Amino acid sequence: MESIIEYFAMGGYAGYVWPAYGVTAVILVIMLVASRRMLRANQAIYETLAGSEKDGTVEKKT
Amino acid sequence: MSMMLHRFANPTRFLRIATVVQPWMAGLTIVVGGAGLYLGLFNSPADYQQGESVRMMYVHVPASWMALFVYTGMAVSAAIGLIWKHPLADLMAKSSAPIGACFTFLALFTGALWGKPMWGAWWVWDARLTSMLVLFFLYLGYMALINAFDDPSRGVRASSILLLVGVVNVPIIKFSVEWWNTLHQPASVMKLGGPSIDAAMLWPLLLMAIAYTTYYIWVLLIRVRGEIIANRVRVLRLKQVHS
Amino acid sequence: MNGFITIVRRDLRLAQRQGMDYIMVVMFFVIAVVLFPFGVGPEPNILARIAAGVIWVAALLSSLLSLERLFQADYEDGSLELLVLSPVTLEIAVLAKITAHWVTTGLPLIIAAPLLGVLLNMPAEGFPMLILALALGTPSLSLIGAVGAGLILGSRRGGVLLALLILPLYIPVLIFGVSTVDAVIGGFESKAQLLILAGFLLAALPLCPWAAAAAVRQSVE
Repeated sequence: MESIIEYFAMGGYAGYVWPAYGVTAVILVIMLVASRRMLRANQAIYETLAGSEKDGTVEKKT
Repeated sequence: MSMMLHRFANPTRFLRIATVVQPWMAGLTIVVGGAGLYLGLFNSPADYQQGESVRMMYVHVPASWMALFVYTGMAVSAAIGLIWKHPLADLMAKSSAPIGACFTFLALFTGALWGKPMWGAWWVWDARLTSMLVLFFLYLGYMALINAFDDPSRGVRASSILLLVGVVNVPIIKFSVEWWNTLHQPASVMKLGGPSIDAAMLWPLLLMAIAYTTYYIWVLLIRVRGEIIANRVRVLRLKQVHS
Repeated sequence: MNGFITIVRRDLRLAQRQGMDYIMVVMFFVIAVVLFPFGVGPEPNILARIAAGVIWVAALLSSLLSLERLFQADYEDGSLELLVLSPVTLEIAVLAKITAHWVTTGLPLIIAAPLLGVLLNMPAEGFPMLILALALGTPSLSLIGAVGAGLILGSRRGGVLLALLILPLYIPVLIFGVSTVDAVIGGFESKAQLLILAGFLLAALPLCPWAAAAAVRQSVE
């Protein structure tokens, strides 16, 4: 038990090491999620537009 | 060379290839990254001088490498886009920028966290950190320019030129900052990473570097797919307006 | 060569008619420098220590202000398109405009700099070198800035964007420009810095008009 606590203390540098890893993980995950969202959103819009064009549910202006 | 490039010029074909490659990149990132993290955090020695804080090297150094690598990749893409008018080249650059900016920010942030126990200050104007800061501004400038036009293709063309101008300046800036730093040399200089890297530390470092690279490709593919589809949406919308 | 001189003359005449414009740039230069004693206190030693740096940074910012309009006016009224189509090589035309810009902006800055050196209590040895360094540096600033000015044509918030784009690129000129002056003040050799400044200028002279012309071309397409 003690060695686990000692491990997390990182020889006194815990306040630096864990935030470094933590912020890295957080930012990389956010970038991944945001990029996925962007892709999904565009895919959704495209499907709506392309689909509506095929059905002719979009009014064609003459 | 241009023949090889033109095989990938077709956006539809690219989408197909991207959708296949993407999960492999995701898998590699998780597996290799996991191995690197395990080695870095649990199975590698602490440093003789820096103690456990050296473990920050495993997230700081790959971030710095990627920051520079992505920018160089963007410049190459911009050159390909300008010279061969390859339609996907500019999209690659545009999609890479936010990822590269993240890496640069992480390099700066983890660099500060590493610097505090080592040098006693959150920020020191040492050559490497300062150059990384300027690189961060180059990324932000690129992203600002590419989004500053109502016509997206104008933004892309202008930013490509900016990128090439920037990449020429990067070595000049690095040289100038290093020179400036030797002028105002702080009393004690400790190189990040220590005088030499133990072999046991090299493995986690390399694994993390690989994981960062596969992560980059993973997210890049997602973003380029998004951009291609966004282009199609634009085309469709224009068609509908004009029909 | 004829086309070059014609364009320089034209831009100078236009600047003359809008007289206030380049006087305002010098005024900004002076005001920006004057702010520093208010900010850091009037103690002569501190001001002397930062004098070269402050003057150079203010020169950078001042030259940025006038760069926005290097191509803007011509872009808006269509004469930029005519310039692109004219028989004069666009790179030469751009170099001509940059020359006119430097004459109306860089030159006044160089003339005003010694006065500001006095205000900041800069040591006497620094003055000749300050003028020389600015004389070598400000043309580079105009050249590099012109590339930015071409890139922002037609964009939103062009002025601020220009600053974001160009200021990082100015850093090498800034570093060596200040170091030249500080070296002389400290009694050290300044030859290396001067050579490097000259090197920047020599490199910028062919490269920047080329890049700026490319930027202008894609802006009128």
